Amino acid sequence: MTGKYHRPHKWNWFLSKPAYMLFMIRELTAVFIGAYLILLLIMLAKLGGGEAMFSEWLVVLRSPLWMGLHFIALVASLWHSITWFNLTPRAMPFFIGEKRLADPLVATAMGYGPWLVISLVILWGVLR
Amino acid sequence: MPDEKTITLEIFRYHPESDAGPRFQSYDVPYNEDWVVLDAINWIKDTVDGTLTYRWSCRMGVCGSCGMMINDEPKLSCAVFLKEYYPNPIKVEPLVNFPVERDLVIDMDGFMEKLQSIKPYIIRDDVNDTSQGEYKQSPAELAHYKQYTMCINCMLCYSACPVVGSEPDFLGPAALALGHRYNKDSRDQGFDQRMEKMMEHEAVWGCTFVGECSVVCPKNVDPAGAIQQAKASAAQEYFKGFIMPRGAGK
Ligand code: SF4
Ligand code: FES
Repeated sequence: MTGKYHRPHKWNWFLSKPAYMLFMIRELTAVFIGAYLILLLIMLAKLGGGEAMFSEWLVVLRSPLWMGLHFIALVASLWHSITWFNLTPRAMPFFIGEKRLADPLVATAMGYGPWLVISLVILWGVLR
Repeated sequence: MPDEKTITLEIFRYHPESDAGPRFQSYDVPYNEDWVVLDAINWIKDTVDGTLTYRWSCRMGVCGSCGMMINDEPKLSCAVFLKEYYPNPIKVEPLVNFPVERDLVIDMDGFMEKLQSIKPYIIRDDVNDTSQGEYKQSPAELAHYKQYTMCINCMLCYSACPVVGSEPDFLGPAALALGHRYNKDSRDQGFDQRMEKMMEHEAVWGCTFVGECSVVCPKNVDPAGAIQQAKASAAQEYFKGFIMPRGAGK
C-alpha cells in the first residue's frame, strides 16, 4: 500500500472564510455576556453592602470607561441573541400535520416575542 | 476554430508512488458556457492527460461522488458551471479534511465507518420483517424526518466543518443527521441504541454549530439543524438518566 497524503488543519482556519469569522465573533460575544454577568454579581454585592456603598459604585459606573464597556456588552449581547434567535427554528422545528412552521414564525414565538414582552414588563417596572 | 476561448484549471495532483507531496498542474480547457467543472475535467482526462484521477458517476447531482474543493469551496463538480468563474482560473482540489488517495480521490473509509456506527437502518424490538404486514406511517410522520433522507453522502459537509478538521474522530454532520433521521422515523425503535453512540463526546456534543455544513449541502439536508435537535434529545436522555437509571423500567 502506498502513502496517503494528509493535509494539515491550520490553527487559524477561522480566518479562511467570512462565515467562519462570523462564527468566531458569535462565540466571542459570549465573553462579554459572561463579563457582564460577573458585573451584575458585583452590583448585587455592593447593593448588599448598603445604600452608601451602592451609590458610590453607581458614580464609578458613570465614568466614560464603564459606559463604553457597557455599550460593547450591549452590542455583543444583541448580536448573540439575534443570531441565536435566528438559529432556534432549526434546532426546534414545529409541525402542524405535514407542514413545518415557517422559520420567522418560530423565531418570533420562541425568541423575539418573549424578548419583547419581558423587555416591556421591565420597562414598565422601571418607569412606573 | 479561430480565437477559441479557454479557461485554466489548476488541478491538485498527487500520485503516491512517484510524488513526495502534492503539486498543482495547469490545464487550458476550451471554454464552453454550458460546461460544468466536471465536463472540463472529463475533457482533460479524455484528450490531454489520462492519468488524472477523480470520482464521478451521474453528472446530475444525485450520486454524490464528484465532490471537490473548487476555489476553496466544497462543491459537486457536476453542479457548478465554468461560467461562474470565467475568465478567472479555477483551482480544483480534493475535498479537505480527508486523506488524499490519488489526485482528486479522497479516502472515505473513515466516513463509511462513521455512517455505519450510528446504525442507519430501522431497528425493531419485535419482528424485523414484513411477515406481520408492513409498518404503516402517515404523511405527517414522514414529514418529521423526510428532509434528512435526502442526503447523497457527498461529504461536502465534512469538508466545510472545522470540527471535523481539528478532531478527525468527530462523527460529523452527515452521520449525525442520518442518525437523527432514523431516530425521528415513527417505525423505528432503535433510539436508545443509536443514542449511545450519538451521545459520546465525539458525537453531538462535538458540534459547535458553525453551520457551514448546511450552507454547502447540495440537498438542503440541514445537518446542523438535525444535530441541534439531536442535542436536545441527548440532553433529555441525560436528565432522564438521573430520574430513571438506564436499563431500569424496561
Ligand atoms: S448532509 Fe448534505 S453535504 Fe452532507 S453528505 Fe449529505 S448531501 Fe452531502
Ligand atoms: S457526478 Fe454524481 S453528484 Fe456529481
